[in-house]
Amino acid sequence: MSDFALVTSGLTKTFGGFTAVKNVDLKVRRHTIHALIGPNGAGKTTFFNLLTKFHKPTAGSIVFESTDITAESPAATARRGLVRSFQISATFPHLTVKDNVRVALQRKLGTQYHFWKSSRSLDVLDDAAMRLLADVGLADAAAINAADLSYGRKRTLEIATTLALDPPFMLLDEPTQGMAIDDVDRIKKLIKRVAVGRTVLMVEHNMSVVADISDTITVLQRGEILAEGPYAQVSNDPAVKAAYLGGGHA
Amino acid sequence: MSIKPVSLKPISLKPMPLKPMSITLKIFALLVAAALVVPYVPGIIYPIFVMKVMCYGLFACAFNLLLGFTGLVSFAHAAFLGSAGYVTGALMIRFGTHPLGTVTAFTLGVLASALVGLAIGGLAVRRRGIYFAMITLALSQIVYFLAVQFRWTGGEDGLQGIPRGNLFGLLDLSSDTAMYYVTLVLFSIGFLFVYRVVHSPFGQILQAVRENEPRATSLGYDTDRFRLAAFVLSATVAGYAGAMKALVFQLVSLNDVSLHTSTEVVLMTLLGGLGTMFGPLVGATLVVGLQNYLATIGDLVTVVIGLIFIVCVSFFRRGVVGEYLEWRRRRAQRALPAREPATAPSPSHAP
Repeated sequence: MSDFALVTSGLTKTFGGFTAVKNVDLKVRRHTIHALIGPNGAGKTTFFNLLTKFHKPTAGSIVFESTDITAESPAATARRGLVRSFQISATFPHLTVKDNVRVALQRKLGTQYHFWKSSRSLDVLDDAAMRLLADVGLADAAAINAADLSYGRKRTLEIATTLALDPPFMLLDEPTQGMAIDDVDRIKKLIKRVAVGRTVLMVEHNMSVVADISDTITVLQRGEILAEGPYAQVSNDPAVKAAYLGGGHA
Repeated sequence: MSIKPVSLKPISLKPMPLKPMSITLKIFALLVAAALVVPYVPGIIYPIFVMKVMCYGLFACAFNLLLGFTGLVSFAHAAFLGSAGYVTGALMIRFGTHPLGTVTAFTLGVLASALVGLAIGGLAVRRRGIYFAMITLALSQIVYFLAVQFRWTGGEDGLQGIPRGNLFGLLDLSSDTAMYYVTLVLFSIGFLFVYRVVHSPFGQILQAVRENEPRATSLGYDTDRFRLAAFVLSATVAGYAGAMKALVFQLVSLNDVSLHTSTEVVLMTLLGGLGTMFGPLVGATLVVGLQNYLATIGDLVTVVIGLIFIVCVSFFRRGVVGEYLEWRRRRAQRALPAREPATAPSPSHAP
């Protein structure tokens, strides 16, 4: 078994004449936190959508744990253990916080098509759901609707829901975007903690988060890989400085 | 030696192992109890009228299962109501006297609507929003066209004088009272079936798909398959109501498969309350009641119903039952001391 959980080769996506992701070869080492950074429009989210099959690649391949998943459906890839979060908060707003987590846990029961069973058959998941919520500090909000949570807590709920699937590979799309400082710090610690025994690939703009918790950083620019390596190396790369500050400063 | 001290913490209030019957089922039991006495008081309320309400009420419940609980707008529901009616009726005309005739014709009618649902749903389910609705509309027009063209459907005449037959040679259904109680039993089974689907593990995922489809996909659920399953279930219940209706009124006409019927069921559901268990029943009662009691003013009924609909969408968008539930929810919230002050009222909350 190779050291890499996820390998893309020549991954390319064009929309009409515009190439959003161009020939990206990315290798994500197993059980590390890998950050994907880059200026706006660098193709980070498109790349995420390719990995999770929300977009079809124009060219190239995606190999997850030695299996080629390029042509798989999004739900099948998720069931394989490659689970994503979203840039905008993605909860089920009119479900309670507990039910949000329970929807994810329910897949393990294999009763998702059982329309003849009582929903009380899902109560066996309550303990597991409450444990997950307690783990991320949302236990007190279990009974309220997800729509009524504050923004930071919605994002926390999202992570709890993703964790409910116990995925070996988590893709986090800007997990701290739009958060207050305190929340950022909490989410940062949470990611660090849950990444034990898992592989995490995240798109993140907040450099303090990237610097503190990621093992490897890949910088994208105009759909292409510009630089790759640990924070200290990447942050001193002249090409990266140029990309972020503009050509004149290089 | 270690003796655990007695915990002085308040005991957490866990739900009782045997949950009391839900409020919905209690109200339903009361309704059924009231319906039981109807044949004894024909001076107050006609049993035939109640049977009509039960048929259309269940039809609207089927529609609500799709629009209210899955978020799909279908203009094909008349095709399901009608196709089950035609199959049941045509079989009854041929085999109505056989002891198993009624049961078989009913079952095959329901099965036919499930198959029509699978065909229409299978083609429409990959599209979203207005495109989904338009595909269901186009395909239901094909069903209408076939109903006009086929011989066995009676074309323009429809099927008249369908015999009601009997149950296993034991109970003759030609009497209105016998038919009334059989209809009540069938209706109850249908309603409880819809209730169960909504409150099932499957119903839970349907709700998740309606609330946030990409998120449901990212959790590993094939959302199109859930939509299709919901569509077929809804078509089946609509057909069940159609087969009931064919036996009760002993006729199936082109009106049953027409676009008019498909839009009427939208009206019933919205008037009563989308996404509520009783809304479709209330809406069906209102519409059928107006049609019956205002029958003397002829076509003006359509105008009256239209005006009511305009008032409904302008002033009480949640429908009768929906507005009532919302009123109770707000009252309960005001009674509680604000626990989460940052809570913003959700603008379009559908219970």
